[in-house]
Amino acid sequence: MAFYRSHVLVCGGTPCLLGGCRGVKDALVAEIERQGLTDEIKVVETGCLGPCDRGPVLVVYPEGITYVRVKVEDVPAIVAEHLLKGRVVERLVYRDEAGERLVSYAQSTYYGPQKRVVLRNCGVIDPESIEEYIARDGYAALAKALTAMTPAAVVEEIKASGLRGRGGAAFPTGLKWSFTAKAQADQKYIVCNADEGEPGTFKDRLILEGDPHSVLEGMIIAGYAVGATRGFIYIRGEYRQSIARMAKAIARAREMGLLGRNILGTGFSFEVEIREGAGAYICGDETALIESIEGNRGEPRVKPPFPGVHGLWGRPTVVNNVETLANVAPIIDHGAAWFRSMGTENSPGTKVFTMTGDINNEGLIEVEMGIPLRQIIYEIGGGIPGGRGFKMAQTGGTSGGCLPTSFLDLPMDYDTLAQHGAALGSGALLVMDDTHCIVDIIKCFQKFFAHESCGRCTPCREGTVRLYEMIGEISEGRGTREHLRVLEELGRVMTVAPLCGLGQTAAVPLLSCLKHFREEIETHVLEGRCPTGVCKMGKAPVVA
Amino acid sequence: MKSLEELARIREEAKRQLELREGTGGPRIVIGMGTCGIAAGARETLMAVLDELGKRNLNNVTVTQTGCVGLCEQEPLMEVILPGRPKVTYGRVDANRARQIVASHVVNGNIIGDWVIARE
Repeated sequence: MAFYRSHVLVCGGTPCLLGGCRGVKDALVAEIERQGLTDEIKVVETGCLGPCDRGPVLVVYPEGITYVRVKVEDVPAIVAEHLLKGRVVERLVYRDEAGERLVSYAQSTYYGPQKRVVLRNCGVIDPESIEEYIARDGYAALAKALTAMTPAAVVEEIKASGLRGRGGAAFPTGLKWSFTAKAQADQKYIVCNADEGEPGTFKDRLILEGDPHSVLEGMIIAGYAVGATRGFIYIRGEYRQSIARMAKAIARAREMGLLGRNILGTGFSFEVEIREGAGAYICGDETALIESIEGNRGEPRVKPPFPGVHGLWGRPTVVNNVETLANVAPIIDHGAAWFRSMGTENSPGTKVFTMTGDINNEGLIEVEMGIPLRQIIYEIGGGIPGGRGFKMAQTGGTSGGCLPTSFLDLPMDYDTLAQHGAALGSGALLVMDDTHCIVDIIKCFQKFFAHESCGRCTPCREGTVRLYEMIGEISEGRGTREHLRVLEELGRVMTVAPLCGLGQTAAVPLLSCLKHFREEIETHVLEGRCPTGVCKMGKAPVVA
Repeated sequence: MKSLEELARIREEAKRQLELREGTGGPRIVIGMGTCGIAAGARETLMAVLDELGKRNLNNVTVTQTGCVGLCEQEPLMEVILPGRPKVTYGRVDANRARQIVASHVVNGNIIGDWVIARE
């Protein structure tokens, strides 16, 4: 076995890919070869390392030095100085706010309060190497489930762990599995929902890119638990990297006998196929997703019956989110009690968030459930650029509620946020500073929903368009008190009347803004001016 | 893969490859790779160390480099730090000496006194 004295990890997550990490990696490999270091230094393309706004990111082991914003032109310096002569290239080193060099990226406050369960391998292993996944105890949970546990025991373990759906709806995963396990059918299915459509959410993408086997292992265990022998991964078509990595993971797992017929010689068989979505937001709804896999137009079904008993081609089907499935193997491995030791009573475990907007450290993080919003934004996120004031944070993507300053100390878990009219949702965290106008923001949300409504049911098809029209009128200075009344009334109707989650959440951000930022909206309507002065109304009143 | 034993075997093999990224707490070898060191043949020294470690399957050893420490006439310099023990610096370490230091000091804990130029 060749001994490499140094491993250079190149972040191959999509944000870094867009930043040009492929070019950096190619340049690195070429330069290492030119310097004759090929036999000593191993270059590994890995999953997302986290600080996405500072990409492309490189980590050099064994020192654990993290380089950020590396350009192709910087590569010869890194190779000649660091890899050849052992001198760190100071100007590219990842530093904290105080300018201190972070010797190891694990020391950073950015990583400090984080707890990595789902992202345990992300940025540590080569996602295209099944061996590296296995080295980090990958497929040990599958082996344990297949050889030492009955299917019912697996379902019970997941139930006992309190794991809830990480796609946003927070339904208890074990309970979902038990419905399908109990159902009698000639064929059952496992579907992985990777149609991550919520604006600002990209965690599933980075999990699939960084550690595809963790999701695959979760699916196979789920199949064993409920008695399913076939699985589908429905990935958004735009996620080219996720699709490529998952396809490779499936092929490698099949080659090694961890997928396919007679897995690990236990007699259990399971097959997985990838299905690509075409970019419709509605297909993130589990029943619309099922329709899409069947080859039909992506529109939601009337529930009940739920997919657990009547899903894909009318057969019992478990539909789980990527992050939910990535939690399965660690739970089987370490037990439900271990999982419950993290997070809160009713929301155990961790949550992966993608931080975007007016925040210093944009990127991917994983923290225990129940951590206050303030700690995420100011400690891990490094605060708001330019020291500007916090205005609001939207959790859960565009369908999530907006939280004002008074909510900064709220623990981030499913129930607490639900009580306050917000949702933890999929894990998007959009931070906005005090230079944004609330009417502008709402208009932007409503435009999105009016565009994405599938048109199947009337409350959503009509409601999303009317909401957008009315907020548009307010933004043009034509708003009246009546607008506010109707917005609120229609918004409330929309939380219950539509068929699926899209329509039911289309007014959630609007309603939370009407509640928390009423004064600012009323100033637009009654005084004809914008308190922040950024929307086209301007700070001075419009003379009618 | 048809059995648990096979999975365990692959895991053990792959684990060794990854140890470098996880900080093993094992022995550390530091080689002086300033211009002076390289001119004196530090690259050959380094290659010999890596080759010797590979042959002996010593995956818990970390090999790093450092710049010029000021003792240019003693290059190539090689430091060996065993866990919980003070740092030992060897001078004029050519490929041959490097292999012997790995065998004697790193593996068996016997310092080769004749070549030592500094101890902590």
